[in-house]
Amino acid sequence: MKITLDEQARAFPAQISKMIGQNIDGCYQCGKCTAGCPVAYTMEIPPQEVIRLVQLGREEEALACHTIWLCASCETCTSRCPKNIDVAAVMDALRVLAFRRGRTEAEKEITLFHKLFLQVVGRFGRVNDLRLMGKYNLLTFKPFKDWRLGQKLFSKGKLKLTAPPVKGLKELREIFQRVQASQAEKS
Amino acid sequence: MKYAYYPGCSLHSTASDYQQSIDSVFQRLSIELEEIADWTCCGASAAHVSDPLLPLALPAKDLLKAEKMGLEVVAPCAACYNRMRQANHKLRENAQLRQKVNQILQANYRAQVKVRHISDVVVNEYGLEAIARLRQHDLQGMKVVCYYGCLAARPQKIVAFDDAVYPSYLDRLIRTLGGEPIEWPFKTECCGGSFSVSKKDVVLKLTHDLLDMAQNLGAEAMVVDCPLCQFNLDFRQEEVEKQYRVRYALPVFYFTQLLGICLGLRGEALGLKKLNVDPFPLLERKNLQF
Repeated sequence: MKITLDEQARAFPAQISKMIGQNIDGCYQCGKCTAGCPVAYTMEIPPQEVIRLVQLGREEEALACHTIWLCASCETCTSRCPKNIDVAAVMDALRVLAFRRGRTEAEKEITLFHKLFLQVVGRFGRVNDLRLMGKYNLLTFKPFKDWRLGQKLFSKGKLKLTAPPVKGLKELREIFQRVQASQAEKS
Repeated sequence: MKYAYYPGCSLHSTASDYQQSIDSVFQRLSIELEEIADWTCCGASAAHVSDPLLPLALPAKDLLKAEKMGLEVVAPCAACYNRMRQANHKLRENAQLRQKVNQILQANYRAQVKVRHISDVVVNEYGLEAIARLRQHDLQGMKVVCYYGCLAARPQKIVAFDDAVYPSYLDRLIRTLGGEPIEWPFKTECCGGSFSVSKKDVVLKLTHDLLDMAQNLGAEAMVVDCPLCQFNLDFRQEEVEKQYRVRYALPVFYFTQLLGICLGLRGEALGLKKLNVDPFPLLERKNLQF
């Protein structure tokens, strides 16, 4: 069967191909990525179908699915693809676009965690688990999530209340700002 | 031997035992690690899903410092190692990208600094023969599964320093230490990595599969060289047991902890008490409690 896409539908696979530096049309749907994916069992659309959605220009579905967020970035798919498509990079590209457009509703907790992680890094330079977990629990309305685990980590000296300050945070924040500015240019 | 050292965030918190054992073991091996001053986070699993430039700029910022130190970089965390190697690779291959990132850094990073995983340095650079000469104790045939995980194996061409599907560097180390590494099929399967907090059920399922296989094959312990894997397999193990109604009580060591024991270092110097699953009954059985 021959499928012809109109110009508007072509724009999406072209954009993703540009982002990953490969032609996504190379995928011939063998399903090897799905077969090796450790998280496929919990995805509503397997990885190979996400690739197909991109090929067909079905942007809305590709950006709104749970699959892109459930990808654990283990890169098994990428390493096994017989056509050398960087499937994990496709997932990253879709996540970047979804973040830019605020399309994070499919997996609110995963996306919140990513956001808070980078907020903590941008502010303090390093991840402070206590701060990150505290804020995450507060914002997901589960203040006591992992409470016992936290106590255990604390008793083992693995959670610190304070960390020695990092020098050069101004420089780091400027990097974050310039990255943001270059993002704004694009959109 | 001297390296620039990039510990990464975990080694200052949830993996402080890994750090302790690295400090002690490297001192014993006379390998000098000079910490990169005021290093900051590599962006881990959050940066590359959020932006195309951030996961390159964050590692490059500290690699630039290492370039000035004139040393190769050693990273003990598989995630940091992976992000630094991937950033270096992309920046080397793509001049346009390099230019963009250098504008962001307001610097001129050439992406030539070599980044090495700490296991690579110990096993391949320092070498197993030299380790065998320093060995004071022997693992007494301890049956161990070596778990390598994803991030030091894939993408193969960029990060792997051994076979990417079935690596053996930790197995060879364990054999050198007098342990019995068990052949098993899950060496480079995924533990769920960074989903430990935001998608815990996935981590419990994946670690359950790993622990189950290890137990079925008669493992007495698991050995890892990644702080994320260790956290999921050790600190989440009780939850896995509860959710799946199983019992493992399988100690999950950092490779530097077992190495340290065999080099004659004491438990306190290796952070053994910081492990969640009590390793001491096993160590006692093997006459290795010092």
